[in-house]
Amino acid sequence: MVDIGHPSEFEAELSAGIEQAAGGLWRDAFKELRRKKSAVAGAFMLAILLTIAIFAPLIAPFGPNEVLFDQGASPRDSPCVHLLGCDEELPQHILGIDGNGRDFFSRMLYGSRISLIAGFAAVSFAVVAGTLIGLVAGFFGGRTDNILMRLMDVLLAFPALLLAITVVTVLGPGLINAILAISVVTIPAYARVVRSSVLSVREQDFVSADRALGVGNVRLLFNRILPNSLTPLVVQATLGVATAVLEIAALSFLGLGVQPPTAEWGSMLAAERNNVFTAPHLVFFPGLAIMWNVLAFNLLGDGLRDALDPRLNR
Amino acid sequence: MTSPQSGSKPLLEVKGLQTHFFTRHGVVRAVDGVDLHVEKGEVLGLVGESGCGKSVASMSILRLVSQPGKIVAGEIRLNGENLIDKSEGEMRAIRGDQISMIFQQPVSSLNPVFTVGYQIAEVYKIHEDLKRSVGEKKAIEMLAKVGISDPERRLKAFPHELSGGMAQRVMIAMALAAGPDLLIADEPTTALDVTIQAQILELIESLRHELGMAVILITHDLGIVAEVADRVAVMYAGEIVEETDTKSLFAEPKHPYTQGLIGSIPIAGSRREWLEVIPGRVPNLIDLPAGCRFAPRCKARVANNLSICTEVKPGLEEAAEGHRVRCWLYQEDPR
Repeated sequence: MVDIGHPSEFEAELSAGIEQAAGGLWRDAFKELRRKKSAVAGAFMLAILLTIAIFAPLIAPFGPNEVLFDQGASPRDSPCVHLLGCDEELPQHILGIDGNGRDFFSRMLYGSRISLIAGFAAVSFAVVAGTLIGLVAGFFGGRTDNILMRLMDVLLAFPALLLAITVVTVLGPGLINAILAISVVTIPAYARVVRSSVLSVREQDFVSADRALGVGNVRLLFNRILPNSLTPLVVQATLGVATAVLEIAALSFLGLGVQPPTAEWGSMLAAERNNVFTAPHLVFFPGLAIMWNVLAFNLLGDGLRDALDPRLNR
Repeated sequence: MTSPQSGSKPLLEVKGLQTHFFTRHGVVRAVDGVDLHVEKGEVLGLVGESGCGKSVASMSILRLVSQPGKIVAGEIRLNGENLIDKSEGEMRAIRGDQISMIFQQPVSSLNPVFTVGYQIAEVYKIHEDLKRSVGEKKAIEMLAKVGISDPERRLKAFPHELSGGMAQRVMIAMALAAGPDLLIADEPTTALDVTIQAQILELIESLRHELGMAVILITHDLGIVAEVADRVAVMYAGEIVEETDTKSLFAEPKHPYTQGLIGSIPIAGSRREWLEVIPGRVPNLIDLPAGCRFAPRCKARVANNLSICTEVKPGLEEAAEGHRVRCWLYQEDPR
């Protein structure tokens, strides 16, 4: 036999070609993601939102809780933009003044911070808890699996918002408690997603190969199985932020989430809902902002799902 | 080929190993009283049809039989120590360090989300507690040793970027990283092209000389056994039916099953009138025949008109020096 010890030149050349075509899983997914228009739109919308949230103090003309009655503002003033023909004599308020004499535009900008922080925090907590539960349930199976997943089923049996309201009622209203409530409600979704992918990954050849090489359970679970189960989790988490954002707004709307005077879209909407006919801008813009935020994450999540789905890979 | 050093204690000694699977339909006796021994530095070929229990036997040696399977009886002695008595933690330290295993499907046996270098370095981390950077340096050496060209660059390759042959080389590098005394190769070349098969076999052969390790080569391909193995054990329905050195197995196969196996090998270039076939199928491992397990398919039983075969199970007895057979043709009828 010729040249046994080394693969042929041809083989090396061939695999070098393949190597150029394919990068890591995430790099591939990113490429795929950029090809999807809706995902790019979602990412763009999210980027705008993030920029606003980070630079809110620089962009906002006034403080979020600054009462402007002494600067010639009156409650629920209409928007006044000098460029669009508003009288130069009047102070400029792009989105008008709210019922307490505060600049609505500034409040909207600061509201994005709460919305994003709450969304990410709620999802992060739920992802960590759900992943742990799903990993343990899927990997060990049997009775452990049964107990944990039935517990998750109980949580799932309640309508999400109702359960969140219950949790907040018990813990008391406030941002932190609202975040906690929403995480608890969404834990089962992540636990299920992780469990199902663990169930399929743990039967793979490389898991038995790793066992044969002396890899222990903990390392197998976190260093082998978890990285291979991440794909659906990432998609679920991205879509989950959208839901969390919406639910934070809903809880705040009901007066159970963020408390006044903190600027938050849901509570801003609630505060002005009776004036929807006299000052529609005070209801319209927070609603639009919530929609913008939710849509951004939904588009991105959908795009990610397509990009990471191996069945759709060409 | 080196002949096994006689007189010294064997590296691995398996005695009366029974691994059963407790299924809803009954107890599957996948491995039912297997005796094996592997000397230091030798290659033992373990041959048999699919489903004869050869893979289960090898997984049992590593104590990695998964539910609902269980090792019911037997001893597995590695350097004299019984692995059955070891705790799970002690077994983990042995796996990969003293006994390693490579599998049939090289590409899927590698973790798809990590680079080759990472995966080899992990073995060093687990068994020698080396830092990742040090482990990766050693991984380069190991990749070079298994004949991968440009190992520095390959270190960063993901499994899906490798061909089957390359992936198997990487698997071998991982398995041998910690310098095991025994490598169990479970059909290591079955999924590969014939030309690559030969390369991988040569690689295993040369590495075992270089590293002085023993190999259990599990295969259904007698051609591979003839080429690489020092000794051969033929398995049938969960039992060893014949065991001897490779030369005498092919020169003088004694068990009718082995004769059938050898007779059914097609020879490249020659066109035989008949390719011999062993009639019938492997018996159901839940409901095994009473006497010899091969009796229902055995032509020799019919030709010699032996009635004992279907009634009493033969033991694995020496028929010639160093040549053990489980067949009544070579044993006295005790009745």
